[in-house]
Amino acid sequence: MTPGALHGALLDPDVVRGWNLAAWDDCIRQAARCDLIARLHAALAARGLLDTVPAPPRAHLEAARVLVDKHRRDVAFEIECIEEALRPVDTPVLLLKGAAYVAADLPLARTRLFSDVDIMVPRERLGEVERALRRNGWSPASRDAYDDSYYRRFTHELPPFVHAFRGTLLDVHHNILPPTASPSPDAPRLLADARVLRRRLRVLCPVDMFLHSATHLFHEGEFDHGFRDLVDLRDLLECFREEEAFAPRLARRAREFGLARTVHHALRATARFFGDDAVPEALAGGIPHGGMDAAGQHLMDALFDRALAPLHPTCDDAFSGAARFALYLRGHWLRMPPRLLLPHLARKSLRRLVRSPST
Amino acid sequence: MNLAGLSAGEARRRMRRGTLALRVGPFTARLRSPFPEVAREVWRLYGDHPVADTDFIDYHAALAPPRGPRRWLRPQALFLLDGRAPFRPLPRAQSVPLLEWGLNWCIARQAHRFLILHAAVVERDGRAAILPGDPGSGKSTLCAALVHSGWRLLSDELALLDMADGALHALARPVSLKNESIEVIHGFAPDAVFSAPFADTAKGTIALVKPPRDSVSRVHETAEPAWVITPEFAAGATADLAPASKATTFMELAHNGFNYSIHGAAGFDALVRLVSRCACHHFRYGRLGDALAVFDALAAGERG
Repeated sequence: MTPGALHGALLDPDVVRGWNLAAWDDCIRQAARCDLIARLHAALAARGLLDTVPAPPRAHLEAARVLVDKHRRDVAFEIECIEEALRPVDTPVLLLKGAAYVAADLPLARTRLFSDVDIMVPRERLGEVERALRRNGWSPASRDAYDDSYYRRFTHELPPFVHAFRGTLLDVHHNILPPTASPSPDAPRLLADARVLRRRLRVLCPVDMFLHSATHLFHEGEFDHGFRDLVDLRDLLECFREEEAFAPRLARRAREFGLARTVHHALRATARFFGDDAVPEALAGGIPHGGMDAAGQHLMDALFDRALAPLHPTCDDAFSGAARFALYLRGHWLRMPPRLLLPHLARKSLRRLVRSPST
Repeated sequence: MNLAGLSAGEARRRMRRGTLALRVGPFTARLRSPFPEVAREVWRLYGDHPVADTDFIDYHAALAPPRGPRRWLRPQALFLLDGRAPFRPLPRAQSVPLLEWGLNWCIARQAHRFLILHAAVVERDGRAAILPGDPGSGKSTLCAALVHSGWRLLSDELALLDMADGALHALARPVSLKNESIEVIHGFAPDAVFSAPFADTAKGTIALVKPPRDSVSRVHETAEPAWVITPEFAAGATADLAPASKATTFMELAHNGFNYSIHGAAGFDALVRLVSRCACHHFRYGRLGDALAVFDALAAGERG
C-alpha cells in the first residue's frame, strides 16, 4: 500500500522532519483535495513540529486553520437557527455527522470543513418538521420532480434544503440508511439511545456515531472524500477510547442492525491504513461477520486500499480507477435492490448525457 | 531569472509541458496550458516576474480545453486548480482573462494569512493608498494611471493586508482595464505594454496592462497603509477629495472583503486597526490629470 505523503504524515508526523519541498508539495496538494490540511496542522502541532515546516507549506497549514474555525462557528450558528425554527414542533432533533461533532465538541470538529448540516427526526414528525423549516426560510435545493420523488420514495431523508438568506444546506433524515438497503437500522432505537445535549438536541450514542460514520463510508460507494472519512473513523475511535465497553457494544449493535460486515470493513481499513493501534484491541482484525473467505477478504482489501487513498493523481496506481468503479457499483447494490437500481442508474446516466453539452 | 529571459518559444514549450512556474509576490504559481496564444500573452505580461525555481508550488493552475465534442465546434477554455475546475468553461478567446480571474480566486480562497480586500493598492515613499471600489468606479483606470506616474503598483484587484503586522503586500500583476478605459490609458501611457483586447467577456472588452518593471522588481517590499480612498468616476466632474467617516470606510472595506467573514473577530479587529491608522476619503473625479495632481499632493503631505 502506497497512499502517499499525507498518509505518511498522519500515520507518523515525525516523518516530515526529513521532507524536502517536493514532498511537501505532494502532501499539501493531497491534503487540499481531501479537505485535511487543518487536520494535518493539528497532527503536526500536537507533536510540536510546526516550526520544522518550511514557510511556504506552513502558510497553507495556518490558512486552513483559519478556515476550519470559520466553518465551526457557522455550523454552531446554523444549529441554533435550526433549533429555533423547530421549537414549535414537539420532536427530538438528532444532529448527525459534522454537526454532531461540533455540538458535542469532539476534537475532530476542530479540524474539519463542513458542507452541510444533517439532522434526524422521527419519521412521523417529518411533515411538521418540513413545514416548520419552510416557514423559517428553508426551501428545497432542487426543483426537479424526479429528484424529489426519488428522495421521498427510496431514501432515508427529505430532498436537501437550502436556506434562502444564508445559502446553507440542510439534510433532514429519518434513519441513517435508506429503507431499501438490505440491513436497515432501527430508527426508534437510534433515537431512544441518543445522548441529550440540551433541550431537544441529541447526538447518537458513541457506538451509533461510529456505526453511522462507517455506513456512510462503506455503503455509499462514493469515495470522493473516502480518505477524509477514514480519518474521521480513526479520530472517532480515538475519541471513544475511554468510553466504557465501547468494543463489545459496537460488536453487538452491528450484529443487531445487520451491519457486522460494514463495521468489519471499517475497522479493518482503519487498521490497514493507520495501524492496529488505531483500533480497540478487542476489535483488532475486524469482527465476526460471516460469508467472506480469505480470497474475498484479499479482494476487498485490494479494492479499499485503493479507493480510500487520497483522491489525487500522486496517490493513484494503475488499478485505482477500476477499484473505485467496482465499489461504486457495490455501494448502489447495497442500497437498492436491482429492480429499483437499474432504472435509477439508467435515468441518471441518460440525464448526464443530455445535460453534458451545456456544461 | 525572469520570464523574459526565456525565449517566447521556450516559455510556450514549458507551459505546454506544465513545467513553467512563476513567483508572483508572496506566491508561486505553476501555469500549464496547451494554448500558444495564452503562453504568448503570459510571456509578454509577466516578462519581469521571476521564474520560480522551487519544488513547492502554491497554485498548480492550468487552462485546458474541456472534454467532449464541443472542443471542435466552439473552442472553450477551462480553468483548473490542481486538476479540478472551479468554474464553467469560457470561450477560448477569453483564456487570458480567465487565467487572471482564476489566479485571483486561488489567492482569495486560500491565502488567509492576509485579510484580502477587493481594492487596488498603490504606494509612494513607503506609504500606500487603498482604493476600494465597485465595478465602474474607475478604480483600475486610476490605478493604471498612477502606476505610470511615479506610484508603485501593489495590486489592482487584491489588497493583501498581513494579519500579523498590518502591512500591505504586493502582487504587481497586470492591471485589468475595461472598455473605454483601454483607450484612455493607451493615450495616457503610450509606452505601456498591452495585451490584445478580449471582447465580449462578462465585463465587456478587457485588456491587460503589463505592470511597470520597477513595481515587479520591488514586489517583496511591503508598504504601510496610509490612505483609504474610495474613487467615483463621473464624466466631466472636477476632482473633489472629501473626507469620509471611519465608519463608512470600514463598512465599504468590509463589503469588499473576500475573506473578511472567514477571519471572524480577528478580521474585524484588523479592519478597525486599518481604518484607524489611515486617512479616509471619498474621491470624485472626471479627468485623470486632475486626479493625479490630487494624489501627488497627498504624497507630498499637503493633505491626509
